Amino acid sequence: MDQPNIISVQGLCNSFGEQVIHQDLNLEVRRGEILGVVGGSGTGKSVLMRSIIGLQEPVAGKIRVFDEGMIGKEEDEASDVRRRWGVLFQGGALFSTLTVAENVQVPLREFYPDFSKALLDEIAHYKIYLSGLPADAAHKFPSELSGGMRKRAGLARALAMDPELLFLDEPTAGLDPIGASNFDNLTRDLKETLGLTVFLITHDLDTLYAICDRVAVLADQKVIAVGAIEELLAIDHPWINEYFSGPRGRAARRGHDKHNNNPQPELHQPGRS
Amino acid sequence: MANPAEFLQEDLADGGQILRLSGSFTIALIGDVDGRLRDLSANVRKIDLSAVEHMDTVGAWLVHRTAREFDSEIVGAGKDASRLLQAVSSADQTDIPPRPHPPSFERFLAEVGHGVVSSFTTLLRFLGFVGQVVKASFILAMNPGRFRWHAVVQHFDMVGVRALGIIGLMSFLIGIVIAQQGAVQLRQFGAEVFTINLIGRLTFRELGILMTAIMVAGRSGSAFAAQIGTMKITEEIDAMRTIGVVPAEALVVPRVIAAVMMMPLLGIFASLMSVIGGGLLCWVVLEIPPATFVQRLREVTPMTDFWIGMIKAPVFGAIIAMAGCFQGMQVHGNAEQVGLKTTAAVVQAIFLVIVLDAFFAIFFSEIGWN
Repeated sequence: MDQPNIISVQGLCNSFGEQVIHQDLNLEVRRGEILGVVGGSGTGKSVLMRSIIGLQEPVAGKIRVFDEGMIGKEEDEASDVRRRWGVLFQGGALFSTLTVAENVQVPLREFYPDFSKALLDEIAHYKIYLSGLPADAAHKFPSELSGGMRKRAGLARALAMDPELLFLDEPTAGLDPIGASNFDNLTRDLKETLGLTVFLITHDLDTLYAICDRVAVLADQKVIAVGAIEELLAIDHPWINEYFSGPRGRAARRGHDKHNNNPQPELHQPGRS
Repeated sequence: MANPAEFLQEDLADGGQILRLSGSFTIALIGDVDGRLRDLSANVRKIDLSAVEHMDTVGAWLVHRTAREFDSEIVGAGKDASRLLQAVSSADQTDIPPRPHPPSFERFLAEVGHGVVSSFTTLLRFLGFVGQVVKASFILAMNPGRFRWHAVVQHFDMVGVRALGIIGLMSFLIGIVIAQQGAVQLRQFGAEVFTINLIGRLTFRELGILMTAIMVAGRSGSAFAAQIGTMKITEEIDAMRTIGVVPAEALVVPRVIAAVMMMPLLGIFASLMSVIGGGLLCWVVLEIPPATFVQRLREVTPMTDFWIGMIKAPVFGAIIAMAGCFQGMQVHGNAEQVGLKTTAAVVQAIFLVIVLDAFFAIFFSEIGWN
């Protein structure tokens, strides 16, 4: 039950026709950590996530989630793994014909059809508030929400089942800096409160510095390095150097150091943002 | 394996009760505890969590809700449980506004009202759209250099050439059906030979063009709506406007011209295929040889029937293309709208085509083109 690695990927190969995306890729995600996955555009970060959650059939390799092999599982199989994870897609991927509250209730209704309507409503409401949305967002349709609110609603749905493992695909992309750092705080708070393990794809250097325990770098069709940012900085690889020591990388680092040297008394109130 | 959630009620010495919770208060193992906690009527003074093995937010919520309801004290909560309880209690919204749900009669009236208003505004917008297209056509006629020949030729291919297979097959089969039904009915009077009149007049005058129009509406009218609707969602049309390209000129006029030019040609083709199908059946079933069939066909089908078809076809083409482009332009918001408007385009186009066809039928009879 308590294996240290929640996800283990071994020898993963993915290709679209002639184009090879992953070649012998290995990655492990430990229980209780926030693992950031970075890489240039087109290095297959999303394909890696899709392979792990079973939306993309790899050419070769082994993927185990919660110690269960995921390769070749159909949609109706491995449901006890599926109920233990939550996925936030890039655009939120909310069901457009349902309200936010109904969206949150979809996984609950699917797995726990015996829950009463009152309980479903209560769960939906506190999840929505925990995700940082105002209470009146519950009855709104996705088309009535802004991009950032849609992401929060998507997060509320991803959290609906009290998952142990959360996949976030570029959660802060397209958010303004304030919204992005609020989302970072929210992710960290939720991780600490609920004991989540988070698999986080991002381009956002501030997010990496602020909340990630470890960072995996995708390049050359595999994971070239995994470790805390300080460890990655010591590695001599052209892409890693450019990524973390470029102007944006340096700025994010300065911001992070400054923040750490003058710790502000912070009131982490979930839902307040 | 974790034990399911369970609780016991015990009386306290100083009145009231204590709930002793045990097992796993997690979403998967909560079972019927929610309903039972809801039905509690005793005066719960304390809730004891010391025997709870594991808890998630759903379990924490149930504890929090029960504690709130009876104003009871939570004791024996571990570190994790306290954190979860704090998280859900801070997210507790006692004043959730209920979802507005007016009575069904009121909703019905509102829907009728919306329907009436939206049909009038749609009509007005459609007129405005036709005006735009006419204006754009005039501007293009004045400045032929701006005319997009390439787009028109491309739409010729999509609307005309690629439709030949399906329209040909459909018309051929309809010709066979008309001939077969005609033969069966007319045989009762020994008048099988009039089957040829039926085929010739019906296909050239009515069915050839009408069926082609319905097929073009389903194939191309819907495609126009979906193409333009998608461009609307991806902000391509806004981009055109900011660059200074008029969408009516660039998108609508080429499509309308393509449909107007292709409809008569497709109509002729469809009528010929129907005649071939009908002729084949006459040959096989009624044993009328093809030469006789053609000769008889030329005697009984007046030229005016052909002209009636050729006058109607471009009008139908224009209607179909305009309805498609108009509905495409009405898309705003999400992808669902593209589907709705595409359906609306086909329904609107076929409806208008049939209304106009009825009008034409009476008109041509009145002017003596019988």
